[in-house]
Amino acid sequence: MTAVVGVPVPAAADAPARPSASLRARRRKQSLLAYVLILPAMVLFGVFSFYPFLRNFKLMLYETPPVPGLPAHYVGLHQIIPTITSTSFTQSLVTTLVFVVLVVPISLLAGLGLAVAAHRKLKGMTAYRLIFSSTVVSSVAVAAVVFGTLLNPVVGLLPWLGINPTPPALESSTWALPSVALLTIWQFLGLSFIIMSAGLQSVPDELLEAARIDGAGPWTRFWRMTVPLLSPTIFFAGVISTIYAFQAFGAVDILIGNQNAARLHTNVLIYNIVTQLQIENNDGAAAIMAIVLFLILLVLTILQMRFLERRVTYAR
Amino acid sequence: MPADVLDAPTTPEVTHEAPAPRKPRRGLRTIGSYTLLTAGAIIVLFPIYVTIVNSLLPLNQLVHQPPPLFPTHPQWHDYSAAWNGGQMSKYMATSAIMTAIIVAGQLLTSVLAAYAFAFLTFPFKRTLFVVCLATLMIPLEVTFITNLDTITSLGWFNSYAGLSIPFLATGFGIFLLRQAFLQIPRDLQEAAQLDGYGHMRFLLRVAVPLARPALAALAVFSFLAAWNQYLWPLVATGGTSPLDTVQIGLKQLLGTQVSTIPVALAGTVIAFVPLVILLLVFQKQLVRSLTAGAVK
Repeated sequence: MTAVVGVPVPAAADAPARPSASLRARRRKQSLLAYVLILPAMVLFGVFSFYPFLRNFKLMLYETPPVPGLPAHYVGLHQIIPTITSTSFTQSLVTTLVFVVLVVPISLLAGLGLAVAAHRKLKGMTAYRLIFSSTVVSSVAVAAVVFGTLLNPVVGLLPWLGINPTPPALESSTWALPSVALLTIWQFLGLSFIIMSAGLQSVPDELLEAARIDGAGPWTRFWRMTVPLLSPTIFFAGVISTIYAFQAFGAVDILIGNQNAARLHTNVLIYNIVTQLQIENNDGAAAIMAIVLFLILLVLTILQMRFLERRVTYAR
Repeated sequence: MPADVLDAPTTPEVTHEAPAPRKPRRGLRTIGSYTLLTAGAIIVLFPIYVTIVNSLLPLNQLVHQPPPLFPTHPQWHDYSAAWNGGQMSKYMATSAIMTAIIVAGQLLTSVLAAYAFAFLTFPFKRTLFVVCLATLMIPLEVTFITNLDTITSLGWFNSYAGLSIPFLATGFGIFLLRQAFLQIPRDLQEAAQLDGYGHMRFLLRVAVPLARPALAALAVFSFLAAWNQYLWPLVATGGTSPLDTVQIGLKQLLGTQVSTIPVALAGTVIAFVPLVILLLVFQKQLVRSLTAGAVK
């Protein structure tokens, strides 16, 4: 077949648009330059992104014996079901989901509320905007020390206000996770505010003004006009904060740690993975959990990419 | 125009001067806005304010009730304790070096790759660009298990190489800079070619200077991400090492005793200062990078 068709076709197709030798040389040179330019990034992506990502699928086939020093042995797919049905894993998945539900809606709503309030052109607005954006630069460690002190049972406001739960908030099975969520909300507020403010700028002021003139109160305008008009922005901010919330680790590590009575109730997904890796030395189980995390984030990232793509099309 | 008519009926005389009748309501609205804004600002700033106040209190005042809301006799010795004894100076230096390597590396690899994707034609261009974007879907939390093995086998455990090299390329940076490069008119490239500019000269003399806002946005974003990293510096140095970054250092400073709290708070304020400077100086760039993709 190739022999029959192959003979006449190249000549016929090539003849009209055959590039000159110098043009082809130039193209080859340009391709070579392009490959040299993208090589550093590609090598780094290969070594530190794609290879470790793919290696999770190999690691999940091996089990580390509970006795230290013994090499991991091949167990095929037999480790997967026990790992993802283990109480430790399902509990940490539920904990992470509860954490996301505690953090995301409140930080979105607070960010949106502040963005709407700061949208009017009033004196001093620059300062307010700066303050509302400020928590975006806070690291998780800074936020953890700040809120760890605010929630301290001896230091700070809680004992004075007579709020003195036993056990203290950060050691309580009920309040430890909400406490970590509280500082995460504070930390996310800046980003949420920034994204919502940027979104508000694309909403024509005349629309809201017209609604106001038609007698719509601030409450109606907010829920019936601002929220629907901003829904793409709110959705984007929601996806981003959900992705971040799924990656929570530092606050739990600093404020709760592995000695705390409440640790089982704050064992979020990443904390579980790190524990599997560093305490249990079970790379296989860690890899399986990492793959599950990846699948969750993949769905969320595809949603987010949709927006990125749309931006590309608009920008061109 | 009809708006003024609708708003006017309260006082018949003022219907002649159009803006006047709205004034009282607008004033009320302004007061309402300021009340809301100020309440929000107090809630957002309160944790930081308390941290600063507490870092200036002597220990016996720290546990005093009601807690003082203003330091009447500010004590600065917790700052020197955090800086010297608490080793904040060392943590800051480590973070600064690691961050500088990462920011410089990301700018370099992103500029080079973005130039290729924006200005050159080559086989598999689209595919390779998608490969770059695909890295955005693979977070560190999914790769650090093997990356830890990789840096250990390369002898980079507990070193600046191990802290920074895994982050020297970024799909986000390539995306951001490619967008900026694509805004540069093609005519400019052709004109430069006629003037005998090669690709490297065009990149350095025309493309990079024109893409400065995007480069600044990427630099600020990289700085923030690198400086605030927590998981990787923790596992890549073992957590208690001479190469602890600021974030890991704060964890060490906090400890578990009440007596360590003032020093940890002073350390936190010290750690927060570079970030506040970043926010004050580069707010525009920061907002630009954080909202890339959010709105057109």
